[in-house]
Amino acid sequence: MSVTIYVPCDAAALSMGANDVANAIAKAAPDATIIRNGSRGMLWLEPLVEVETDKGRVAYGPVTAGDVQGLVGGGMLEGKDLPLCHGPTEEMPYLANQERLTFARVGVTDPLCLKAYEANGGLVGLGKALKMDAQAIVDQVKESGLRGRGGAGFPTGIKWHTALAQEADQKYLCCNADEGDSGTFADRMLMEGDPYALIEGMVIASLAIGASIGYIYLRSEYPHAATTLRQAIKNWEDAGFFGWNDDGSPRFKLHLRMGAGAYICGEESSMLESLEGKRGEVKVKPPIPAISGLFDKPTIVNNVLTLAAVPYILSEGAKAYADFGQGRSLGTQPFQLAGDIACGGLVEKAFGVSMYELLYDFGGGTRSGRDIKAVQAGGPLGSFVAASEFDMDMGYESMAQRGAMMGHGGLVVFNDATNMGEMARYAMEFCEIESCGKCTPCRIGAVRGKETIEKIMRGEEQSKNVEVLEDLCDLMETASLCAMGGLTPMPVRSALKQFPADFMGTAKAAAE
Amino acid sequence: MATLLNTIEDAQAREICRDHGDRPQELLEILHGVQAAHGHLTDAALRTIAYSLNISRAEIHGVVSFYHDYKREKGAMQTIKICRAEACQAVGANDLIAGAERHFKTKLDEKSVAVKLEATYCLGNCALGPAIMIDEDLYGRVDLDRLKAISAAHKEQSS
Ligand SMILES: Cc1cc2nc3c(=O)[nH]c(=O)nc-3n(C[C@H](O)[C@H](O)[C@H](O)COP(=O)(O)O)c2cc1C
Ligand code: SF4
Ligand code: FES
Repeated sequence: MSVTIYVPCDAAALSMGANDVANAIAKAAPDATIIRNGSRGMLWLEPLVEVETDKGRVAYGPVTAGDVQGLVGGGMLEGKDLPLCHGPTEEMPYLANQERLTFARVGVTDPLCLKAYEANGGLVGLGKALKMDAQAIVDQVKESGLRGRGGAGFPTGIKWHTALAQEADQKYLCCNADEGDSGTFADRMLMEGDPYALIEGMVIASLAIGASIGYIYLRSEYPHAATTLRQAIKNWEDAGFFGWNDDGSPRFKLHLRMGAGAYICGEESSMLESLEGKRGEVKVKPPIPAISGLFDKPTIVNNVLTLAAVPYILSEGAKAYADFGQGRSLGTQPFQLAGDIACGGLVEKAFGVSMYELLYDFGGGTRSGRDIKAVQAGGPLGSFVAASEFDMDMGYESMAQRGAMMGHGGLVVFNDATNMGEMARYAMEFCEIESCGKCTPCRIGAVRGKETIEKIMRGEEQSKNVEVLEDLCDLMETASLCAMGGLTPMPVRSALKQFPADFMGTAKAAAE
Repeated sequence: MATLLNTIEDAQAREICRDHGDRPQELLEILHGVQAAHGHLTDAALRTIAYSLNISRAEIHGVVSFYHDYKREKGAMQTIKICRAEACQAVGANDLIAGAERHFKTKLDEKSVAVKLEATYCLGNCALGPAIMIDEDLYGRVDLDRLKAISAAHKEQSS
């Protein structure tokens, strides 16, 4: 009897040597069947090897190629309790305490095996959608309460409704896979670990709005995801799952497009410009893309996680999804724990979980063992949250009330050795590097902002320069065309407000 | 005559454009393709693309200069992308960069013949930082020793 062993092929697992481990296992246990699955999201344990036993899948990690011989010799193939063993994977608290709807299959199956996809609940949502009219699909999504996971949190059903209502000879569906925020990797994990969930969501969305052409705009920093997606699209097409028109032509054509290293291309109007082969400059709204987007046609832009949530909503019903979460933040969010965190990884939870639970119950505090000084929530444009605020509930409104932002669900942990003045300076620098250049407050403001923070930190005319910085932030907030310039003041101001000593610190003490 | 000849200066670039149906909206893909083939974007390649897609050279330059990925100059023997975004900074990316700068006797984003250190802003490995990428291979929890070993292993592979 051949044992089945799972070794992840997710890029994060590969970054810790998963391929070497797979090779070592093939050598040490030549009769074993090795399946390359996605990652379970317990990234601190990667490469996490799982062995199929009659108790279920048993986890070992982090396994190095050098460990393999000993593990196999010690009884790993029988699921024996060895030093790196964590017991049955699904019983590990990190996983058992999650609510995995969107990520239900990620880490469980071979991402490119369509049979495994179907056997684990795939295609059910699409099957139901095919029997519904477009309006009924849109209504399901509306009722589910699903909001855009790309950052802005706009209700998905309402957006789709607008696109459906447009009369046009051509409509487009674009998946935003630009995932530029530091501290986020859920899109990547989903695309590498369960690409068919995204594709199924896109096919359902195309039925709902009447789009016949779709694009996935993927950032070029994700070559590994690109390879998986290309193969997944091909397999889906070969299986005939895009459907056909009456004349035998494919009903929906899905293309993968690579970005070229520009953070701003995650902003939807910039992304659409980029998809047209142009500079990714942000465009003035209105018109909104749902009315006039790609090539001036009605276009829906949705994040990877938004689209990947749709198959569940269709298969289990809007209510099942809306039963998770709280207030106007319904369903689940794949949170990502990053930076100085002991148990970094992916935690899909219903909205309403507290930041504290994520950081400590799941994350286990810092990796370094130092205290947490601040957490940046919601990406580079999100504010720094100090420890006194960790009791906040993770939801769009509940976070906004505390001056924080959900964004794409990333939490970046900084320990108490971090100088927050330095982080504020970096926020301005990042804006300088990534500004699309269209408006002055952002383009010039970021450069001035960086220089001003440097002056403050050098102890030059501190109170005057703090005033200059505040004025600059005001200007960027009120006069920027998009959130890049408009929200960069968030991390800057939150750092200055909560950690003034990091800006003034010793320099001020010396000056006085 | 000169201009006529110029239009097909770069046969490979011409071929790549043709593969993309000479469609201007596929300019980014075309530039990626040409850069992958040549290592960087030469003047001749850009002129050929402009001709093939029937767009102005100014337009192409506008696009090439907008995106960080596109390179106008010949690259180093090895390019190490080092993430300097927040989550990697939180676990010592700046120290790693400083150490790498000393070791390879170069500066971040400085032109170099042997090893170029290129700043990058998130590689999607933020729970396992500091992260780096060489060619298309991603690495996590990289310290200076690991960086040196990875760099050397890649050199061996490509020689
Ligand atoms: C500077 C900036 C960067 C953004 N980056 C991304 C991104 O990487 N991925 C994403 O899905 N949305 C990003 N967005 C949000 C998009 O503009 C847009 O709201 C989103 O893709 C819509 O999809 P959703 O409704 O499913 O969230 C960004 C917005 C701004 C202003
Ligand atoms: S705020 Fe910055 S990134 Fe946004 S449109 Fe203006 S210049 Fe471009
Ligand atoms: S911040 Fe470095 S990999 Fe994401």
